[in-house]
Amino acid sequence: MSNVATFDTRTEAKIPVESPLAYSYRRSGAPVPDRKSRVVLREHPFLGHLVLRGGAIVLDEAVREVLGVSLPGEPQGLVHDAEGVRSVQWISPDEWLVIVPGGEEFELENRLRAALGGAHIAISNVSGGQTLVELEGEAARELLMKSVVYDVHPSHFPVGKGVTTVFAKTTVILRRPGEERWELVVRRSFADYTYRWLLDAGEEYGIGVER
Amino acid sequence: MFYIHCPYCGEHREEEEFHPKGQAHIARPEDPDACSDEAWGDYLFFRDNPRGIHHELWVHAVGCRKFFNVTRNTVTYEILETYKMGEQPTVTAEHPEGRPSRDAADQGTLHEGVRA
Repeated sequence: MSNVATFDTRTEAKIPVESPLAYSYRRSGAPVPDRKSRVVLREHPFLGHLVLRGGAIVLDEAVREVLGVSLPGEPQGLVHDAEGVRSVQWISPDEWLVIVPGGEEFELENRLRAALGGAHIAISNVSGGQTLVELEGEAARELLMKSVVYDVHPSHFPVGKGVTTVFAKTTVILRRPGEERWELVVRRSFADYTYRWLLDAGEEYGIGVER
Repeated sequence: MFYIHCPYCGEHREEEEFHPKGQAHIARPEDPDACSDEAWGDYLFFRDNPRGIHHELWVHAVGCRKFFNVTRNTVTYEILETYKMGEQPTVTAEHPEGRPSRDAADQGTLHEGVRA
C-alpha cells in the first residue's frame, strides 16, 4: 500500500453546491426542448472524474479488478462497464480518464491505490475541475461539425471513440458513447463559454436544454 | 494548414492541436560543469536553420500532450515523417529518400522515450 495521503472532497457538511453551468442557466437561459428540437443538451454535473497515469499493464490489472472493465489500450479508446454508467477513456499513452457516478470516486481511488500497491502511478481526482455535457439527437453531429476541428463523420468517429480536441476557441474531450449521443468533457472555467457556443450554434437545430 | 500524424495518437490531426517547439535532437552536454562556455552557449542558444530537410520537436498540446519529432522540408513545408521521442529519423538530409532498411532495423535497439 502506498503512503499517499488521500481525502474525500465531498464533505458531510451541508454546503450548497452548484453545477458549473448554474450561472449560465440564469444568464443565458435554457430553451425547453420541443417537438422541433433536433438536438438536446443535458449536463451531468457532480460526476466523479479520476485521471490515472502510469504504465498500461499495471493499471489495466488494477482497473479490471476494481471496475471490472479492461483499460482501453488502443489510442482513442472508450469503454463502459456493463451498466454503462462508468467509463474509462484513453487520453494519452500513459493517461486515462475514469468517470463514475458522483460520490463513488473517493472509494474507487482508494480501492485502486490498494490494488496498485507501490506501483509507480498517479491518481488525481479532477471531479471539481470539469463537467460533462451530453448532446443527443440526429443533429448532434451537425452541431459538432460547426464546433470542433476533429472529423466527426461516423466512418472516422465510431461509437466507442473519444478524443481530446479543439472546440471553438477552447478544448474539450469529445466522446461518442452511442449512435446519436455525444459527450463533451469540458473544463469548469470554460463550461459557460462552451454552453453559450452550443446554444448559439444549435439555434438552427432548435436546441433544447433538459434540466 | 498542416495535417500532422501524431505517432502517439496514431492518426492525423489538425495543426491547431499542435505547437512547434524548435529543433529536435539537441543533446544536453553530459557534464555541464566541465564543458566550455562555447559548448554550453551552443547548446543553449544556437540552432540550425537549414534550407531543406529539418528535424523539429512538436508537441500535441491539445490531445495526448506528448512531444514527438517531425522531419519537415523547410522549402516545400512538406512533412516527410513523424516519429516518437528516442527514435531516430529515417529521412535525413543525407538520405532524403529514406535511410537503407539496414539502418531502420537498428530502431529496435533504440530505447523508447516514453513508457507504455
